[in-house]
Amino acid sequence: MTGQTAAKASLLSCHSCGLLSRATPGHHVRAACPRCGAPLHSRKTNSVSRTWALIIAAYVFYIPANLLPVMSVTSLGKTQSDTIMSGVFYLVVHGMWPLALLIFFASVVVPMLKLIILTYLLISVQRRSHWRPVDRTRLYRITEAVGRWSMVDIYVVTILVALVKLGNLATIQAGAGAVFFAAVVVITMFAAMTFDPRLIWDVMENEHE
Amino acid sequence: MGQNTLIACHECDLLHRVRPIEDGAVARCVRCGAVLYRQKHNSLDRTLALTVAGLILFVVANTFPFLAFDMQGQVTQTTLITGVIDLWRQGMVGLAIVVLLTSIVVPGIQLMGLLYTLAPMKLGRVPPHLARVYRFVHALQPWGMMEVFLLGILVSVVKLAGMATIVPGLAIWSFAVLILVLAAAAASLDPRLIWERVEYR
Ligand SMILES: [Zn+2]
Repeated sequence: MTGQTAAKASLLSCHSCGLLSRATPGHHVRAACPRCGAPLHSRKTNSVSRTWALIIAAYVFYIPANLLPVMSVTSLGKTQSDTIMSGVFYLVVHGMWPLALLIFFASVVVPMLKLIILTYLLISVQRRSHWRPVDRTRLYRITEAVGRWSMVDIYVVTILVALVKLGNLATIQAGAGAVFFAAVVVITMFAAMTFDPRLIWDVMENEHE
Repeated sequence: MGQNTLIACHECDLLHRVRPIEDGAVARCVRCGAVLYRQKHNSLDRTLALTVAGLILFVVANTFPFLAFDMQGQVTQTTLITGVIDLWRQGMVGLAIVVLLTSIVVPGIQLMGLLYTLAPMKLGRVPPHLARVYRFVHALQPWGMMEVFLLGILVSVVKLAGMATIVPGLAIWSFAVLILVLAAAAASLDPRLIWERVEYR
């Protein structure tokens, strides 16, 4: 029986507990897994359109996330605002190279790369691409795993806000950019969850017949 | 051939026959390479022990200050929740909620959910609503980001080092150990052993 997919064998695999159940054809009532109770479906519901919607929202939020200040420092009456990129430049100017690279990677490269990869995967699925399914699945796996690390800048802002509140001496305020940036991270995480990597493989299935 | 002996790859849907593998071994999908299942040594006992340790560390990490900031004699101390409260006061309610959920609420619920699941099992009992509770714990997985928060602490310390004296508190050490314990708990848990106990409806 190996060499066949669950869908071909009319089996539904539970996304939560992994139990295989027999699909009842023509039955449109939403079935639940007999073991854990999670809703059963052969493929994630409306995976492509849902993921597109989330990705487009993330692209839109990505712009204010980078243009608006993520935090502003007020020290002795003077206020200085920092965007993500100016924060990175600040670190470079002060010789903190490894930290600058880390923040640049986590806050700029990872979210952008994640959006580009998911966009590419969606287009490849819609165009019924047969190109390197193993590598595309691997790309998806990486995208899903690294997204969380982009939150680091949000936590840095939170910690700085909590630590630096010395009245006139120095205070730090979180900026609107941080809100949009957190939204981008959360939305792209949802986008990675709604994308169904099995769609990459469904096209290959039909080819063999 | 029963359906229980088969498993579908969650990434490419290919069916595989479940075969026993050695402790520490990993079964991968032959087509796409995704991990199908792992065989773990003494899985439930180990995970239970780590969960109990994790809960204690979690309480310590949330009770004591994790950093103190000393600038020209003015000292600020922070616990995990202070940052959330300050963000809230600055009007950043959404941001405060995201930080609160990912760094405190979700990890806390996960630890308690695991304790609720594993402790009765140790005594040979199946806790009520096991399936629902464990499904919830499983679904929360991506949203607990304590390890990212720890990285955030390290970055903040380096950033502020030139500006003031930073004194690490007790919580930061328990926090660091907690990250290791959480990672070990995630690595030692074999979800198949929990699902096996759930009665079919
Ligand atoms: Zn596979």
